Amino acid sequence: MASEISRAIAAGILGGSVYALMAVGLTLTFGVLDIINVAQGIFVVLGAYLSYALSVHLHLDLLLGLLITVPAMFIIGLVIYWLFIRPLRGAERTSMTLLACFAVALIIEGVLYREFGSGYVSLNAWYTSASVHIFDFYLADIYLIGFGLAAVAFAAIYLILYRTTFGRAVRATMQNRVAARLIGIDVNRVSALTFGIGTAVTAIGGMVYGAISGGFTPNSGYDLISRLLAIVILAGLGSVGGALVAAIFMTTAEALVDIWQPDWAVAVFYLALVIILTFRPAGIFGQRAVRAQ
Amino acid sequence: MAGTRHAPRLRSRTFSGLGAAVLIAVIAVFPLVFTNPTATNFGVITLIFLAVASAWNIFSGFSGYLSLGHAVFYGTGAYFLAVAAKDWHLTGSAVFWLLPLAGAVAALIAVPLGLVALRVRRHTFVVITIAFFFIAQLSASNLAVTGGSSGLLLPVPNWTSATFNNPFYYVALIIAAGTVALSVLIRRSRFGLQLRAIRDDEDRAAGLGVRAMPVKLTALVLSAFITGMAGALWVYFIGEAFPQFVFDPLFDLAVVLMAFFGGLGTVAGPVLGALILEPAQMYLNLQQSNGYESEILFGALFLVVILFLPRGVLPTAGEWLTPGRMRRLRDGWLAWRARRTAHPPVPPAEGTPS
Repeated sequence: MASEISRAIAAGILGGSVYALMAVGLTLTFGVLDIINVAQGIFVVLGAYLSYALSVHLHLDLLLGLLITVPAMFIIGLVIYWLFIRPLRGAERTSMTLLACFAVALIIEGVLYREFGSGYVSLNAWYTSASVHIFDFYLADIYLIGFGLAAVAFAAIYLILYRTTFGRAVRATMQNRVAARLIGIDVNRVSALTFGIGTAVTAIGGMVYGAISGGFTPNSGYDLISRLLAIVILAGLGSVGGALVAAIFMTTAEALVDIWQPDWAVAVFYLALVIILTFRPAGIFGQRAVRAQ
Repeated sequence: MAGTRHAPRLRSRTFSGLGAAVLIAVIAVFPLVFTNPTATNFGVITLIFLAVASAWNIFSGFSGYLSLGHAVFYGTGAYFLAVAAKDWHLTGSAVFWLLPLAGAVAALIAVPLGLVALRVRRHTFVVITIAFFFIAQLSASNLAVTGGSSGLLLPVPNWTSATFNNPFYYVALIIAAGTVALSVLIRRSRFGLQLRAIRDDEDRAAGLGVRAMPVKLTALVLSAFITGMAGALWVYFIGEAFPQFVFDPLFDLAVVLMAFFGGLGTVAGPVLGALILEPAQMYLNLQQSNGYESEILFGALFLVVILFLPRGVLPTAGEWLTPGRMRRLRDGWLAWRARRTAHPPVPPAEGTPS
């Protein structure tokens, strides 16, 4: 029992870091563009399928494949932004962009069904089956690799946001779009690149997700996006650090409940969301300004 | 909103009343003319979606709070009917009496959901409705009362197969017509004005004395009541309840697309959207055995509507047809007809190179 609990906590923290990575893409996109990218879930699945295609057809190692899938997802993100998000303006922009993302998600899901079918596939490599012995339990290597990748990606995002001119432009745009434009920031470029980065990190998230989830289908996007949304709303939209904390908290709670009630484990996500929003509508780390209309 | 302000320019109130009467008459005789079960099957489902799209519009279209969780009410109504019909041993047309009850149960569910969700706005509201949807779907898969993933079967009425769909059709017509009537009433009422004030600027509306929470909640409960009834009728019609079909994420999207396609916040918009999109989608599904092609088409259509007709077909058309354009169109047509009658076009002679 004790080993099960400690294993659940370890898996929750390590797996949570990967969810946090996907959620950061979502929260950055929200902060800069003021849109909720509900296609983030299917982007993760798309990233997973890209890794799958590379490993099946080119026999490329999953980690090496990331060198291809991350830039590929970045470009896909840019294209989607330019085609479908950027043209939407006006008073109803909020709901319009949300629906546009939903439509994009549907199209990607349809294309994935067409290319890969509806059967479960999973990503395999030597490190997905091997496991390490920690204290009194075993954990698949992929959890540690995923944690490492997430840590590297987080560090990169942090450096970009806080140590570069571009990052300063991103943060300025998050604070006030109009003022950012007035001081000469190319807001459109910042928005496009942020959307691209938010999509690119899903390639990493997708690869790890595909390896630890034990199988995925094009339909997995719905489950993912609802979790990711729960994480970013719980954290407070636009909060990068909050997303990390919320993701680790949620996945750990889910892993713990899973020991006793596997059927209801996922409900933890949504119940936590509902309960917290009842008492703190802006989320745990959100500012009130985010909620203002 | 601009679109609704322009609507009276396109057609007068008496004209739209006449149009509605003609439409209802056409819909009412439809199953008598097209007796093919496939056609009436299309009709039943289309009318159910017409009611749901209008009901969704009463809440989301009028108040501006975009709900992606109406499947919760649809599914609640559906499961209530499935369980109640089984437990109370109801069959045949007696089951129809459960519909208002199913609506009431859905409305009851809407109260706590609304009290939580309506405290937040915009994105957060949308996301929390999605969260409710997933909680509902998960519950349906895991609770004993819904039969879990093995689903529930409903009693099949022993009506003759030739006119089997007709009772469903007319009940759906009553619900749909009632919903549209309610939507007209609300739009013209003080309550409807309060809802639109909330949509345009909730804080200012509150400052002007609109009690936002009760108004929003009432709209949500009304909307949920109709959606629950429609879901109950739907499940009785298809005869089985499985969690993944009763709580279907595509359901919400289809309903939202219908309202957006026709014109969000207008009365006729969701009606038009449902009448065009639902048969189109069913036809596509019938043509293709695989689901993905209709899914891709559906998403592409959605994008086209959002990018090129962002406020829907009706408001865009209403705006485009300004009195000046109408007059020019009419004048142009009259001139063309006058020319034709004065100089009837000479058919090209045989063998002449054209």
